[in-house]
Amino acid sequence: MDKRAYLELQAKEIRKHTLDCIATLGVGHVGGSMSIVDALAVLYFDQLNIDPKNPQMPDRDRFVLSKGHGGPAVYSALALKGYFPMELLKTLNISNTNLPSHTDKNKTIGVDMTTGSLGQGFSASVGMAVAVQLDQSPFYIYSIIGDGESQEGQIWEAAMFAGNRKLDHLISFTDYNKMQIDGDISDINDVSPLDKKWEAFNWHVQVIDGHDVMAIRDAILVAKKTLGKPSMIIMNTIKGKGADFAEGQASSHNMNVTKEMSQKAIERLG
Amino acid sequence: MELRNREMRDIYVDLLMHYAELYPELVIVEADLMKALKTYIFAEKFPERVINVGVAEANMIGVAAGLSNMGKLPFTHTFTPFATRRVFDQVMLSVAYAQLNVKMVGSDPGIMAQLNGGTHMSLEDVGIMRNIPTMTIFEPVDGVQLAAMFPQIIEHYGPVYIRLLRTEFDSIFEDDQKFELGKATPIIEGKDVSIFATGIMVKEALDAQKILSDQGISASVINIHTLKPIDVDAIVKEAKKTGAVVTAENHNIINGLGSAVAEVLVENCPTVMERVGTKDHFGEVGKKDFLMEKFGLTAHHIVDAALKVLERKNTAK
Repeated sequence: MDKRAYLELQAKEIRKHTLDCIATLGVGHVGGSMSIVDALAVLYFDQLNIDPKNPQMPDRDRFVLSKGHGGPAVYSALALKGYFPMELLKTLNISNTNLPSHTDKNKTIGVDMTTGSLGQGFSASVGMAVAVQLDQSPFYIYSIIGDGESQEGQIWEAAMFAGNRKLDHLISFTDYNKMQIDGDISDINDVSPLDKKWEAFNWHVQVIDGHDVMAIRDAILVAKKTLGKPSMIIMNTIKGKGADFAEGQASSHNMNVTKEMSQKAIERLG
Repeated sequence: MELRNREMRDIYVDLLMHYAELYPELVIVEADLMKALKTYIFAEKFPERVINVGVAEANMIGVAAGLSNMGKLPFTHTFTPFATRRVFDQVMLSVAYAQLNVKMVGSDPGIMAQLNGGTHMSLEDVGIMRNIPTMTIFEPVDGVQLAAMFPQIIEHYGPVYIRLLRTEFDSIFEDDQKFELGKATPIIEGKDVSIFATGIMVKEALDAQKILSDQGISASVINIHTLKPIDVDAIVKEAKKTGAVVTAENHNIINGLGSAVAEVLVENCPTVMERVGTKDHFGEVGKKDFLMEKFGLTAHHIVDAALKVLERKNTAK
């Protein structure tokens, strides 16, 4: 199987399990989980140097989901990667679960930082990249932020510092699905032009189709070759991508999902 | 290391440099106040171990959390209001909830912000930090205590907030005094009333004890240097012995030492009590002596509180 077909297959599997695990409880963050799936497929199944059998491997790459509400997609990727049994995905948000709505490094094997209050995970990923720089470590810190999250001041505090500090082992993504809870970002408090903003903060910027696995992969390879600057990969995405009932709807941020809805969507994914 | 007749910041930076030699993972994270705490001296010796994020306290805490997540031992430095109220959510989640190991130093607590005035005067910082599970809060009285506690703070895994004086302080303790994080330090043994004091109020409590002694009243003075976790056993033991309690703090009486002691008493041995501290006011600009008088933080205010509580104790009998 060629690389594209392999990664697209992984993305499809992550999407199916994300929908399935949200539908088990009947409610969850569909929109922002589904939009980052292709990036997660490339990270977990091609780019991250990680070992599910040795989750605390010191020189592993780290991944921080700063938009922590995308947890269900990360859990699906981790389960498929072999960090924990697939059945565990059914425990999303039930009492005493190890899979909470927002990613938590102390609850879930394979999660590298606790996030959920927007802006904070990104700042922590910058701190982690400072440690990489201080120790001249060979590995990379990856983080994904949301476009709505980019309205947080802490994002730009961290962005300014990372650019000035030339943290070239920091590779970040913006999930630019152009919607937030209350509607279209452009109507509420527009973040555009995102590319010019990040360039102005001394980041290396690439703008890509966030649902094209090979474009994501190529962008990461370029980012790794870029010295003296942190990298921002702005992914144009569709909120709820792959869930017919959620696609392109701001209301999909956190929505009710019945088993029938998820089953139909999973069948459509093929 | 000279622990007297120096500014607290000079002692603090000496300690930081001493332990930086022993702990290669120790780094400092700054937000443009290196001149205030004189951590630039540390920077001269360990330039690569200084991360100055500029005027961006939220990012300072986030970056410190990230550093801790990679095995570093970060100390953050700023003034008390910016170490607490400005970054509450970052401290709560990125540090404490994430179970990371960041030591957060706030300088110029309470009225000690003096000429920086009301905006910089944290009379609520202990209350803010007390709300955070797993948080340890330490307020050193003098150089001897700071030096003795420093290695314990480093060895304790978890978030610690250090409420640090920056310049002058009153030397209270002898060099051989032993301190334990989380344990109160009795200074004077008495039998009529117990005065629990923290920070700059320890000196006032000791002065009050002398005045009370002249009036034939025997007061205990106990230093609560660790405001969280608070030493329940020591407080209960004292309260049972004297049956009258006064607290003294450079902080609002709401949510600080007074509240913490009251919570212990009401659950363990209800005791008549008075709280000396600011009475739910904002801070304002001024020098230390003016502010202590204005906000009711002097030895005489402690004496008045002791007399009042003794009257209630005797009436209750």
